[in-house]
Amino acid sequence: MEDQIKNILADATGRDASDFNDTAEDLYSNGLLDSMATVSFLLALQDEFDIEVPVSEFDRSQWNTIDKIIERVKELQND
Amino acid sequence: MLNWIASMPNLSAYGTPTYFLYLLLAILPLGIGLYYGKRFSWYEALISFIFLFLMFDGSSAKQMVSLVIYVVYQTILVMGYYHYRQKNNAGGVFYITIFLSLLPIVIVKVTPAMVGHNSLLGFLGISYLTFRAAGTIIETRDGAVKEINWWKFVRFMLFMPTITSGPIDRYRRFSKDYRKVPSREKYLGMVEKGIMYLFIGFLYKFVIDYFFAQQWLPAAENMAMAHGHHLSWWVVAVAYLYSGDLYFDFAGYSLFAVAISYFMGVETPMNFNKPFVSKNIKEFWNRWHMSLSFWFRDYIFMRFVFLATKKHWFKNRNVLSSLAYMINMVTMGFWHGVTWYYILYGFLHGFALVTNDAWLRYKRKHFKGLESTALTQNVARFITFNFVVFSFLIFSGFLNTLFFGH
Repeated sequence: MEDQIKNILADATGRDASDFNDTAEDLYSNGLLDSMATVSFLLALQDEFDIEVPVSEFDRSQWNTIDKIIERVKELQND
Repeated sequence: MLNWIASMPNLSAYGTPTYFLYLLLAILPLGIGLYYGKRFSWYEALISFIFLFLMFDGSSAKQMVSLVIYVVYQTILVMGYYHYRQKNNAGGVFYITIFLSLLPIVIVKVTPAMVGHNSLLGFLGISYLTFRAAGTIIETRDGAVKEINWWKFVRFMLFMPTITSGPIDRYRRFSKDYRKVPSREKYLGMVEKGIMYLFIGFLYKFVIDYFFAQQWLPAAENMAMAHGHHLSWWVVAVAYLYSGDLYFDFAGYSLFAVAISYFMGVETPMNFNKPFVSKNIKEFWNRWHMSLSFWFRDYIFMRFVFLATKKHWFKNRNVLSSLAYMINMVTMGFWHGVTWYYILYGFLHGFALVTNDAWLRYKRKHFKGLESTALTQNVARFITFNFVVFSFLIFSGFLNTLFFGH
């Protein structure tokens, strides 16, 4: 799942998957993710993992590292 | 009735040291209650009512009538939509509800530009209450707000520490705080932070801003005006001094509002986080008037981009993001008021966000070797700061006074 998420992030931000090596790094404070990329990222997540993430449920502090993203996706898949 | 209210003394929020004395004495019993794990809701309602009354009585008595009508109107809309949404979810009903919720603020903002005087519907704080009500309706549509209690909603709208100028809280966050009492350890931590914020606020608002607002800015404005109706170096001084005044006044006020909220056991979000250290304009909007810019980000920018991406309205992502930035910032400009300088301010910031993104793309392509050093970061800070100061000069309306004499 980690590689899948890294690829989605790379697509959404227009970067290389190698920019996302550190899974504990804060993606917003280092400028990799912004509001624009977040939307593409969320839409891709929804398609890829068949989950529903309403924009109002999206709390940046819960989604700001790859580790947290993996955790959230797993939670949403189990719902 | 109105005459009696008009004859009462008026106590504007956080205006004088005496106000703080009365306010802190009044919330002391609440603090004792929270320390012992109890929230005295009826007492909180009573003192909130008294302080709101004192804010809107005397010469502002007409505003009190508008405020009461406004809150009743928004509560009916929100509760009506909430009940409707339990069984149905038609887009049309949502858009009509949002339109009705925004109607008063649109009338209040457009009236001065149309007829030259303020609308009777207006009152101090209407903009901030509109954000709270509209945000609640949007989240109800999303299904994120799952229960609304009319009394809790009224308390959210009329939460006394933040009523006139924010910070803008969200119903879900507020009602979560309101339902529970913080643990003693947590509450003591909040009180400690609150005391610190209160004193930083005193320093900002009553010491530093005294010099900006009462001494330096008026002096520079007089010098600029004395040079006639054209630009001079004094206008540059006005730009920097106005920026100082705007920051210390508003950041000071926001710290008061957060501090008093903390004493009342509610974690109102912060509004400022060292905005002038920002290295680019995007970072600036993550640090300046945060509760407002996050509101616009979450409810306008993200939603527009989400919809447009899902429906494939644009082939090019950069075109979409540029348009979304412009819509976001120009709407913010209009929200400040329908005058050429607020709208231009919105355009400038939208344009700056677009430019910033374009530069980042260009840099990634052509300056791969350009490393981030202390030097490049400080150059970036310098450019960002000076752009912001220039935009605040537009925002201040001083150029309107200088060029057109009103």
